[in-house]
Amino acid sequence: MAPKTWNFDYIKSRKIYYMVSGGLFAIALICMFIFGVRIDIQFRGGTMASYSYSGEVSEQAFKQAVEAQTGQHISIAGAQNIQTGEENFNIEFAGSEGIPVEEQAALLQKLQETFPDNNIQSVSVNSVSPTMGKDFLLKCLVAVFFAALFMVVYIALRFKRIGGWSAGVFSVLALIHDVLMVFATFIIFRMPLDDNFMAVVLVILGYSVNDTIVIFDRIRENEKLYGKTKPLFELVNDSINQTLGRTIHTTVSTLMAMAVVCIMAFINQVDSIVTFSFPLIIGLLSGSYSSICLCSPSWAAWRERGKKTQPPKQETEAQA
Amino acid sequence: MKRVGKPVFFIVSILIVALMVVSITGISTTYGDKTTAYIKGGNDIRWGIDIRGGVDVTFTPPDGVDATEAQMDAAESVITTRLVSLHITDYEVYTDYDKDRIIVRFPWKEGESDFNPEAAIKELGETALLTFREGREVDELGLPTGVTAENIILEGKDVKSASAYYNAQAASESDRYGVSLELNDSGKAAFAEATTRLAGNGCISIWMDDIMISYPNVNVPITDGQASISGNFTAEEAQSLANRINSGALPFKLQTENYSTINPTMGMGARDVMVQAGVIAYIAIAIYIIAFFRLPGFIAAIALLGQIAGSIAAVSGFFSFVPSFTLTLPGIAGIILSIGMGVDANVITAARIREEIRAGKSIDGAITLGYQRAFTAILDGNLTLIIVAIILMGAFGPPDSLFAKLLTPLFFMFGPSTAGSIYSFGYTLLVGAVLNFIFGVTASRLMLKSISRFKPLRKPYLYGGDK
Repeated sequence: MAPKTWNFDYIKSRKIYYMVSGGLFAIALICMFIFGVRIDIQFRGGTMASYSYSGEVSEQAFKQAVEAQTGQHISIAGAQNIQTGEENFNIEFAGSEGIPVEEQAALLQKLQETFPDNNIQSVSVNSVSPTMGKDFLLKCLVAVFFAALFMVVYIALRFKRIGGWSAGVFSVLALIHDVLMVFATFIIFRMPLDDNFMAVVLVILGYSVNDTIVIFDRIRENEKLYGKTKPLFELVNDSINQTLGRTIHTTVSTLMAMAVVCIMAFINQVDSIVTFSFPLIIGLLSGSYSSICLCSPSWAAWRERGKKTQPPKQETEAQA
Repeated sequence: MKRVGKPVFFIVSILIVALMVVSITGISTTYGDKTTAYIKGGNDIRWGIDIRGGVDVTFTPPDGVDATEAQMDAAESVITTRLVSLHITDYEVYTDYDKDRIIVRFPWKEGESDFNPEAAIKELGETALLTFREGREVDELGLPTGVTAENIILEGKDVKSASAYYNAQAASESDRYGVSLELNDSGKAAFAEATTRLAGNGCISIWMDDIMISYPNVNVPITDGQASISGNFTAEEAQSLANRINSGALPFKLQTENYSTINPTMGMGARDVMVQAGVIAYIAIAIYIIAFFRLPGFIAAIALLGQIAGSIAAVSGFFSFVPSFTLTLPGIAGIILSIGMGVDANVITAARIREEIRAGKSIDGAITLGYQRAFTAILDGNLTLIIVAIILMGAFGPPDSLFAKLLTPLFFMFGPSTAGSIYSFGYTLLVGAVLNFIFGVTASRLMLKSISRFKPLRKPYLYGGDK
């Protein structure tokens, strides 16, 4: 374990960080145009169902049976539940109108008649009407908006000493960056946007702001100690370096926990947890990265924006 | 700074371990075959339907029907009556008057393998068959027989409306609350005939489907179609009876707008995976922080245990003042995340102590300063988490919860009709943030200060200094 003193100049390198983030966004944007955005039925409405069976059932025959009964096009995928050893068919109905529950009951009965030896059972059915899906999406967005708003206000009040409002706004800009990263993860890995996406976004809101706050807290403390004697750039760089050990240890610990969850869920095919924990891991990484590399350096640069020529001069003075 | 005694470490750590054990096992006594739980343990956790399987359904009137509040109440009472008659008692029902939606959630019945959820949903949404029958003759199953089966005096369509009333002038205390009934022209004649015949010596039973919901005695003939039912009602009972009678007169059939059903085998497997993952994650984190932070890391590992135990206790209904809470998959994820945040509180402090040690401070001074200086960061970080948690709980919680009421100004345009599973996430996150202050700050400080007074442990190396 080497002594923990780092000495990076984040403010000088910030243009590189902008390029890294920008590059990732560009990739996501390209993927978005190629693949499109997949939205889960929870937001756009529709019906998904999963049936278990034993023995051999051909996917084609199953699909035909469902389509014949409901008169709707479906997409079908086979899957095996490792825990129960059951074979499943997951089907998704085309269109955003849900399948009425009566039809669903009739469908199960028909399937059991068509494949009498295969013990067909309904594992899960999920049907959402388009209006309710839209309501849910809207409510999520409003929740995120208010969460962000309250955080800006909170940070502004708590960090008055170092110009709270700008600190609050830059924290939220970093948050938007992290949320976009999570969004990009869903796009690039072609996961449909669902309530897991919202849950991840909300976790990242709290986590990333926490990371940012730890750094601002140090800046606030250092400002109190050396406010008059050290230029802002040096103060910010020092603060980030001093808290870097903590940021790394916390991020590694949290990532380890989430990675265990993600891997266990992946091995056991608990899909809903995989699509939760994987984007969360990306979000945690992005949260730490944006707090260290983007938020406070950009904030410092903005605070000093009027004094274009001064920062380098101050630096040499400080070294002298 | 007050000195912390040597035994404090043992007291706090034993308390934490005891909390851990009790929060998992609970405390209960078994007398004969009757088990009384004094403290609820891990097995008493109420799992969300995404874990133990069940049904989540939203009912709404058909398109173009704007139901009144009374009609929605009536429709809700049909559903709850039917849930009870299906022997489903552990249900949640919310009614959203603005959007005319009724959300119903209920778990898979214990030990039921061929439960047909689609049929149950269909049954819940059907229009109730309301009947007024002569007498109250029932067979051993509670179904009408004899004259009660034969003579149906009124049906739902004959009832115009029912409402609960309060009569302060009533002769006796027991008659103050009652239900007033107004009939349509179609029912007046039949009701007049029956009440004239039965006045003073008979009763009329009121049925919803096959369930008798009331059986008032007939006191006087009622010829104008205006009746009242009274006798020993509380305000709630009167309202409930009025709702049930109204349900028979509902002019529409409920439709299912949303529904999801989950088979229990799938969810319970997911729960076991999450529990295993939690154990492995804890061990990995404990090894990591002990390796990097030595003694403070060891203390942090114990404090984390307390944090986990506290989270379990908060959902199982361990403390009598905290009601048990439905734990969903996102809720478990919230617990795991709050453990991560618990690590953070300890890491911030341990890193700070190491910094002070390296700056040449004494062990006692470094510990005191470390906790002092780390606290503002922990405070601000956790308070922002609490803000997020409260907003989540307000946005996605049941409409009668405290936070939902608090946040009505923000979410007024949305009904309470959405996502229960995120609510659970908000709750576990909130609990985690609060526990952070109890275990991550207070308990770990007490333990570290106490243990640092033992002579063999007074080496700067153990606190992050050089060897």
